[in-house]
Amino acid sequence: MLRIGIPSALFYYVYYPMWKTFFEELGVQVVTSGKTTRQLLDYGVREALADACVPVKVFFGHAMALIDQVDYLFIPRIVCLNKKTVYCPKFLGLPDMIRYGVANMPPIIDVRIDARDRKDKLYAAYYKVGKILGKTPRQITGALLKAKTSQYKFQKLLRSGLQPIEAIDNILTDTKKKPLDNKEQLRFAVVGYPYIINDQYINIDIINKLRKMNINVVTSDNISLFTLKLQRLGLAKRLFWTFSEHTLRATSYFAGRKDIDGIIHLSAFGCGPDSIVDRFIQLNNQSSTVPFMNLVIDEQSGEAGVATRLEAFVDMVKRKKGAYHNA
Amino acid sequence: MRKVTFPHMGESYRAFKMLLNDLGNEVILPPRPSLKTLNLGVQFTPEFACFPLKVLMGTYLETIEKGANTLVTTGGVGPCRAGLYSELHKKILHDLGHPIEMIVFEPPRLYPFNFIRNVHKLNPGRLSIKAIINCIKKGWRKLQALDNAEKLTHIIRPRELKKGTTTQKYKQVLEWIDNANTTSDIIEAEAAALEELHKIPQDHGRLDVKVGIVGEIYVLLEPTANLEIEETLGNLGVEVERSMFLTGWARDNTWKETVEGMTVKDAAHPYLPELIGGHGRDSIGNTVLYAKRKFDGIIQLAPFTCIPEIVARTILPAVSKDYNIPVLTFFLDEQTGKAGMNTRLEAFVDLMKRKKLKKQHQADILLPSGAII
Repeated sequence: MLRIGIPSALFYYVYYPMWKTFFEELGVQVVTSGKTTRQLLDYGVREALADACVPVKVFFGHAMALIDQVDYLFIPRIVCLNKKTVYCPKFLGLPDMIRYGVANMPPIIDVRIDARDRKDKLYAAYYKVGKILGKTPRQITGALLKAKTSQYKFQKLLRSGLQPIEAIDNILTDTKKKPLDNKEQLRFAVVGYPYIINDQYINIDIINKLRKMNINVVTSDNISLFTLKLQRLGLAKRLFWTFSEHTLRATSYFAGRKDIDGIIHLSAFGCGPDSIVDRFIQLNNQSSTVPFMNLVIDEQSGEAGVATRLEAFVDMVKRKKGAYHNA
Repeated sequence: MRKVTFPHMGESYRAFKMLLNDLGNEVILPPRPSLKTLNLGVQFTPEFACFPLKVLMGTYLETIEKGANTLVTTGGVGPCRAGLYSELHKKILHDLGHPIEMIVFEPPRLYPFNFIRNVHKLNPGRLSIKAIINCIKKGWRKLQALDNAEKLTHIIRPRELKKGTTTQKYKQVLEWIDNANTTSDIIEAEAAALEELHKIPQDHGRLDVKVGIVGEIYVLLEPTANLEIEETLGNLGVEVERSMFLTGWARDNTWKETVEGMTVKDAAHPYLPELIGGHGRDSIGNTVLYAKRKFDGIIQLAPFTCIPEIVARTILPAVSKDYNIPVLTFFLDEQTGKAGMNTRLEAFVDLMKRKKLKKQHQADILLPSGAII
């Protein structure tokens, strides 16, 4: 049986259910690299360029972990999916960076997906993948339909308040985990890119840390795309990058809501788009009264440092809230 | 009254100054970036934004101090960050309490109305369309003259007999071109300038090492950003060919793709088939082309955290191996020191010279036992 490897980083947190269903329907075994560990990060730090951002280094590590286990590595070149915004340049060059940056890589399936281009549309791209694996058009179409259904289910779970990792667990193991939500508690919004918020190793599990402090967490993944679209961007020019646009719109959505007590922007050191987006977030939402913190993580982040900053932020929010109640 | 200024990029300010003056604007000249510029810029920009953003911020603040209220700059359509610079600069400057107006030129091929509107804004003298076209043509000719003079210094500097003559002469002839204000004057000044540079006493028998410089446009074109790398290399006896000049870049990005642009794209295709914004693909394509033209080495210049150049840098070792050409990369930021850079350059040049000598005199070299070349 053919084995295909999907590194558990970057797009994994957004499209994994779809990819997994697609390949399994085609009768291909899917191998992932599991959660990020110290060892995987060390691999990545060693092979990737020092100036690259942490998520890309992590991706290198995950790809290297799959070297001997798979026949193909699936790293699609996702350029544009909504006909408007593209992805970060590092994503566009990702298959090439892996191919030329790491030795002994298995063959990489790097189909180009670009919704603006007729011959690279979603269906055409998946059709090409199916052809590489030697499947018939009928099988491919069937698999893609199933894949889209499972992606739809995944997104529905996200809207209900689950985080991507929990939602993936729910779908794969068929359990029905309910989102934790306690009306009495504080509610924080964590905004940023899905591959930073959901990688429990590189962000030192910030979501569960907050939950342990009795705080409800919502992230930008929990808002529907339609709601996001309705938010004002506050720029004279559109943002180029899909994830950044989501982050900026999600922040302005959270900043205008009364039931959000604090916003944490999680970004990675050296992230190109974030250097600009973070400043836009701050300049655009100056009139909002919701407390805001920018937390930058990198491969050196220590558990204690992040925990201290989180606690301080939570204490500040609690005190502010208490002061209002007593007044 | 608009007091117009624009980013400082090498010597190109001379042409822009003339163009904007001809259209009837009052121009505040951007100063050459200095330590003060950098300090100002770093203070108000995001921490890991790339180097050009910080330098430009400093330049804008310095010119605003001098009274400028209109900033003319270029936009872009991504996915490189540079396309959003104008927006970020505007927001930060407004936040600091400077009510400046930003005139952003997007690629005219995609946004023709933006171009027309902007030209209209910068035309307070209400010149006719014909007169505007003439002004632009004249400015373009001056830009070409400046680029041609600079290209010639790259060839002459490594061969000069007395160190420093070329730099000195170059400064002198730039003034000639600067003072020429009609097309015929510019052509005359350019001819005189090139002739004057050719007169510099040269030694043609020297070992001739050729290096191609690729990378991101701002650090390539602004000598203060790249710590005058071309001059340093020239003084080490290396002939430099830079992959990018303002005229070439503008031609590729305003009207239609040129043959040169397409060749670079094709050369990069096996390694990077996707446009990743900025100059990432150009860096790879030009490296391949220089290698095919038998250059001795490549130097890549990039601002720290530049996304497209990081992608290019990750792929370049493969190109270097395939074509057997050494590649040296500098990531530049406000912390880069000139001495450190010089040391690395000297070592790189020594290696290239050695390799070349070995090739030329394969048989003649007597090696001490155990020596490794």
